[in-house]
Amino acid sequence: MADVEKTLNVAVRRSQLGRARGLGAARAGSGAWWIERLTGLALIPLSLWFIASAISLEGASRADIVAWLHAPVPLVLMLCLIIATFWHMELGLRVVVEDYVHHEATRLTSLLLIRALCILAALFCLVAALELGL
Amino acid sequence: MVVRPLSPHLQVYRWPLSMVLSISHRITGVGLSAGTLVLAWWLVAAASSEDAFATVQWFLSSWLGVLVLLGWSAALIFHLCTGIRHLVWDTGRGFDNRIYRTTGWLVVGATIGLTLIVWIIGFVVW
Repeated sequence: MADVEKTLNVAVRRSQLGRARGLGAARAGSGAWWIERLTGLALIPLSLWFIASAISLEGASRADIVAWLHAPVPLVLMLCLIIATFWHMELGLRVVVEDYVHHEATRLTSLLLIRALCILAALFCLVAALELGL
Repeated sequence: MVVRPLSPHLQVYRWPLSMVLSISHRITGVGLSAGTLVLAWWLVAAASSEDAFATVQWFLSSWLGVLVLLGWSAALIFHLCTGIRHLVWDTGRGFDNRIYRTTGWLVVGATIGLTLIVWIIGFVVW
């Protein structure tokens, strides 16, 4: 009897936030949802900047790109763009897979592949941007 | 697993704007992910060698490359607009039926307008 009371108390004493943590389709609570919003927000100015830069780089040679990324502001913005883009992309694709792929093994494999692809692509981009800019 | 009766599926409904925009937000998101790999290719090629960079520039200036860039820019601008709409919804605003429809058409107009502006500027700069 004492045991039952103890477990009941533990359950009742947990706050609503405590109970929500670790739940959700990905069993990771609301953290991913929040970061998807934050990266999305950051990507508004960053993508507009990138579109403008892409237009100004039309027909650019490699030397032009090196010169462009050599200044600190474009390089830092480029690094921010890469990180925000691939993070946002991973979270977005994750939600799509979680919504539509119901077979457990396929779902897990897709999620792992998406994460691996995003991390690899992000690292490739970061290294390339740093190599051009530094 | 409990087998429950299913509601009639999507094809029995007329497609209202909200439904089209909602699924398009996802589709453009997935499309942009693929487009991002082109960006990765471009950056890595630029950092690698003159030959690799020439290849990627050749592709991007081919008709297929221009088509990819056109689709990518339109998808990015659309996803950006619907994304801003989503962020506003997240603050609990904009769900009123009339506002909802207005912002929906606003997104459609802004996507077409901004994509045109970007490409007109692009051609002028060229």
